[in-house]
Amino acid sequence: MPQKQPPRRQSISVGRGTRKRDEDSGTEVGEGTDEWAQSKATVRPPDQLELTDAELKEEFTRILTANNPHAPQNIVRYSFKEGTYKLIGVVNQLAVHFSQVGNLIPKDSDEGRRQHYRDELAASSQESTKVVISETEILEEEEELKETEAETEAGSQTDMPVAEVAEKVTEEELMTPKQPKERKLTNKFNFSERASQTLNNPLRDRECQMEPPPRTNFSATANQWEIYDAYVEELEKQEKTKEKEKAKTPVAKKMGKMAMRKMTSMESQSDDITKVTQAAKIVERMVNQNTYDDVAQDFKYYEDAADEYRDQEGTLLPLWKFQNDKAKRLAVTALCWNPKYNDLFAVGHGSYDFMKQSQGMLLLYSMKNPSFPEYIFSSESGIMCLDMHVDHPYLVVVGHYDGNVAIYNLKKPHSQPSFRSSAKSGKHTDPVWQVRWQKDDMDNNLNFFSVSSDGRIVSWTLLKSELVHTDVIKLKAEGSTTDGLDGLQLHTMGCGTAFDFHKEIDYMFLVGTEEGKIYKCSKSYSSKFLDTYDAHNMAVDAVSWSPYHTKVFMSCSSDWTVKIWDHTIKTPMFIYDLNSAVGDVAWAPYSSTVFAAVTTNGKTHVFDLSINKYEAICSQPVVTKKKNKITHVQFNPIHPIIIVGDDRGHVICLKLSPNLRKMPKAQSRPSPPGVRAGQREEVQLPEE
Amino acid sequence: MELLDRLEMAEVEETLKRLQSQKRVQVIMVVNTEGIPIKSTMDNPTTTQYANLMHNFILKAWSTVREIDPQNDLTFLQIRSKKNEIMIAPDKNYFLIVIQDPTE
Repeated sequence: MPQKQPPRRQSISVGRGTRKRDEDSGTEVGEGTDEWAQSKATVRPPDQLELTDAELKEEFTRILTANNPHAPQNIVRYSFKEGTYKLIGVVNQLAVHFSQVGNLIPKDSDEGRRQHYRDELAASSQESTKVVISETEILEEEEELKETEAETEAGSQTDMPVAEVAEKVTEEELMTPKQPKERKLTNKFNFSERASQTLNNPLRDRECQMEPPPRTNFSATANQWEIYDAYVEELEKQEKTKEKEKAKTPVAKKMGKMAMRKMTSMESQSDDITKVTQAAKIVERMVNQNTYDDVAQDFKYYEDAADEYRDQEGTLLPLWKFQNDKAKRLAVTALCWNPKYNDLFAVGHGSYDFMKQSQGMLLLYSMKNPSFPEYIFSSESGIMCLDMHVDHPYLVVVGHYDGNVAIYNLKKPHSQPSFRSSAKSGKHTDPVWQVRWQKDDMDNNLNFFSVSSDGRIVSWTLLKSELVHTDVIKLKAEGSTTDGLDGLQLHTMGCGTAFDFHKEIDYMFLVGTEEGKIYKCSKSYSSKFLDTYDAHNMAVDAVSWSPYHTKVFMSCSSDWTVKIWDHTIKTPMFIYDLNSAVGDVAWAPYSSTVFAAVTTNGKTHVFDLSINKYEAICSQPVVTKKKNKITHVQFNPIHPIIIVGDDRGHVICLKLSPNLRKMPKAQSRPSPPGVRAGQREEVQLPEE
Repeated sequence: MELLDRLEMAEVEETLKRLQSQKRVQVIMVVNTEGIPIKSTMDNPTTTQYANLMHNFILKAWSTVREIDPQNDLTFLQIRSKKNEIMIAPDKNYFLIVIQDPTE
């Protein structure tokens, strides 16, 4: 170091101070310094103290102490004990110039020991691996020695004697071969990241798919009727459960199940076609309506306009013609309108010919279907008469040629007659000419009357599915009691051919006989007649009470005449001669003065007593073939039509023209007693 | 029971025969509720066509009637055209269709 310039005037420790020549002087180096010093003129700072030489030579003594010039010289602390500030005696003079937190740890501490232990393990493992090679061993030992030395030196602050080192080495030698490698402590200076990628296994998708469930589209509408149907179904179910609860017998259940099974199996077996019956019926009717459209129109709407000009005449318009192949050979023997269904009528077929007796048929036609009957029944013996019950319109009673009577039930169209009389049960011995339903008797049993040529009028009662007969009257031909052998009185029986019951007086009825007499009888008197009328010369074909006049009745006969009577008077009121045997007469239901008669020459006569008392206002041939005899006629209760049956098995429906349908005028004064409403004034008796 | 069924069947068959023999009746068809023809007097393709067309129409008509009053029911359907008249009688399970020539 070069010589220093004149001594500094400041203390050594003070760094403070202005820049001085000191620094300049400090940098003087080598030879060049002198020159530099000489060449350079001393630069005096302007504020330098100017001192005299004597002052300059003055010596000052400086003492070097170990005191910290920065340390405070008097520290005062508050003493709570005394309550005053007290001077602290000794002040810490330690000045820390530099401090650094190092990573050296004392050997004896836990961490130190741990590290040492780890190091030892590492060393011993290295040793064990190189045990085989002896040379290397030795080298290793040496190395280890060195390592341990270095470690110990580095790791501790105190000096370790070599002996200790040697001990440690032996210890390491004895250690187990298992050793973890030297672990590198990671810190921010000593950290390296190493990454490696493992082999990525190829990915594979594994799927499993099942069969999708079957799907169907469902759509529905919620209509008014669907809702209604659902409700109805629900109701039915409820009712069924109720019924099941009520009828709870195991036997019945079994039976029910069996029946059910049978039913279902039957239903499935039966052909599909049967279920179309109803539809087929309707279609048939419609087809017929189309076919006979004009007829249907006429029936409903046609009114003969010419009647306005024909003052006292009317016509009959033919409408439908009903015929059936099976009944072709049979004559129409009876006609009857159904009381309930105004378009339904029954036709009885049989034969009037004594020689040619064959089977009989009962056909029921509806005007809605003129081509085929609604119901067909056949019987062995010809049907001679029939009647429909008013209250039970499905019951038809029929009288046969062989004297039997039978009741057919229309509700069971395929079966035989529900009830049938037989020889045991008192059938007639001769053809039954007329049958009539009566009101139910007191036990509510059905009963009817029949009249026959054997002279008996019999009352039949239906008792629990059996026909029981009661002879009401035996017709005795008057004046014919002859004395037979042994004084017996033989009575020849009269033959009843027609009868009719009074509309109001229930017990009174009229019987027409083959002899031409008409007897007025009563149900209560079995042997005596109330009255007798010598009506005709030949057999009485029909008798009929007037629906309006309670006293008037009408009779017709094969002696070509129609007679109208008042039952209180023995002689008829009116007699009409029709030039041909009269088959049937019928009163009109709408007027008290109108009636119709049919004759065997094929003509239909309609009379209206209010218009013409002596002649028919309409006489019209209605059958096509000349030899066709008309046998019966009936008025329809509601519609202005009549049906006419002939002996060829045809039934013709005719419409009455307006002139024939004149309704009686409304009565101005109260009707006299005994006269029903809607009837004309009493017709005066004509001259005979 | 079986006897009754057989009788019924015979009766219905007879009725259909009679219908067919009626004047001016051209075709008779029985179609089930799904529109599949069961019986017909016509050839197959025409029958199928008719059945399909009729079926929709019938269902519409029936639905209409019942929609207005659920207690009501369709009894008969008639379509009258220039050339013919189609009559349909719906039943619980089947429709009976008859085509007739309506000229008088």
